[in-house]
Amino acid sequence: MASVDQLALATGRVARDARIRRVYARRSAQWWPPIAVLALLVGFWYLVAAYYDRVQGLAFLVPYPHLVLKAAFADPLFSPQLVQDLGNSTQVALTGLVVAIIIGVAWAILMSQAKWIERSLYPYAVILQCIPILALVPLIGALFGYEFLSRVIVTVMISIFPMVSNTLFGLQSVDRAQRELFTLQGAGRWTTLTKLQFPAALPSIFVGLRTAAGLSVIGAIVGDQFFQRGTPGLGVLIQVSTSRLNGAGTYAAILTASALGVVVFLVFGLLGRLVVGKWYDFG
Amino acid sequence: MSATAPVRPTAASRSAGTLLDFTNVEMTFPNGTVALRGVDLTVKRGEFVTVVGPSGCGKSTLLRIASGLEVSSEGSVVVDTDRIGYVFQDATLLPWRSVADNVELLAELNGMKAKERRAKAQEAIDLVGLGGFEKNLPKQLSGGMKMRTSLARSLTLEPELFLFDEPFGALDEITRERLNDELLRLFVEKQFAGLFITHSVSEAVYLSTKVVVMSGRPGSIVGTFDVPFPMPRDPDIRFTPEFGALVGEVSHALREGHR
Repeated sequence: MASVDQLALATGRVARDARIRRVYARRSAQWWPPIAVLALLVGFWYLVAAYYDRVQGLAFLVPYPHLVLKAAFADPLFSPQLVQDLGNSTQVALTGLVVAIIIGVAWAILMSQAKWIERSLYPYAVILQCIPILALVPLIGALFGYEFLSRVIVTVMISIFPMVSNTLFGLQSVDRAQRELFTLQGAGRWTTLTKLQFPAALPSIFVGLRTAAGLSVIGAIVGDQFFQRGTPGLGVLIQVSTSRLNGAGTYAAILTASALGVVVFLVFGLLGRLVVGKWYDFG
Repeated sequence: MSATAPVRPTAASRSAGTLLDFTNVEMTFPNGTVALRGVDLTVKRGEFVTVVGPSGCGKSTLLRIASGLEVSSEGSVVVDTDRIGYVFQDATLLPWRSVADNVELLAELNGMKAKERRAKAQEAIDLVGLGGFEKNLPKQLSGGMKMRTSLARSLTLEPELFLFDEPFGALDEITRERLNDELLRLFVEKQFAGLFITHSVSEAVYLSTKVVVMSGRPGSIVGTFDVPFPMPRDPDIRFTPEFGALVGEVSHALREGHR
């Protein structure tokens, strides 16, 4: 009997120790798995690149990773172009994003004011979301020119829906009792909006903003596919590099565009945490 | 009689010190649910009236009508004050505002000057024993402290009529008893009239000068009990036979009405 108890005690302690160790282990385990995956991917990439280079003789289709790095950072002809186009795309994406934020939030606030306004306007937000933007892009070019303005319009169209829907959701998710608290003091629409609804909607707005930010980069690149004039961005660079069979350049431009998307997503996620993280837990 | 919003009182009721007067109030919701039927209820200055009843009997609807959030479908409602405090079931604090800023909210909405309302808020915060927590955010507070903040917020209005919608229902027993004592202290100190909704019979008897028992839906008043114990109340009164007897009577009426 005693030995059984001791055994139970011993195993109990082992289990607890293991649990503690796992908690400690988890902290250090956070950074190395993605690095390991990256190493595996790069290794795989080298294998595939070697296959295309040695077997197929089509090295430009899958260039070696170090050549891509060289194109991105150390190619005197290509790297400056990449930086300049990155700047242009960032400018288009951010301009489009700001416009999408302003229109999207205003649109949602308007809809939150009355059920009939919401019923009248919401379908158009959904329609905007459902339109295959790619089908519209040539028309936008024809109407607004093939330059900066059209790029921004495409970006806005692609990124506005999450702003509208998340802001509206946030404005409407205000607790009924909190709203009544304002009603009891005779607070008007404007006061209720600025002191209750808008602050309450901020977490939701930032979730929308993060999504919209990612989409704005996509919008900027998509616009480039159709509009070559004005201030060409990464999309144009991808096309030009591809047509010149510059494999390393194409990959460098694609990776840069992806990095831009990730950075914008992270920055706006961080911004959300900075602004409302003190009282709201994003989880 | 058609739907009536709360109206100003006549000279007669004013002289009697009646702050809230319901006569034959009926409430039918648009979906046909009858929440209240034939309710007569008065709250005078110096009274603390508690309404007990089963869940869903329309107790809260009474408060909503008294505060003007809802309009009764029949009967007359007379409210003789502009200074009405309303404490909700939840603390309904704004999570982005600190305790101090939350307490200031109502005065702010009423257009009071910043300096004045800050002083008023501080006074209310001290009154409910939250001094030192002014800068805390609601998420850093316990349930009881949130409710204290909510109370302080209403106190800044210096209400003559204080409406409480089961404010302590979600709190644990110990916190609840503590807040009951605080509430009684405030009642004696601030001289407001109270209308308090609860489903706890002992809380009702302990807090009030009058207990009103409501039946299940549609809610109507099935019994009224005067509570004879003097104010300020000794917490130990809860363990006296007289207290127990009254709790028994009220519980009995509640059970009868629920049948």
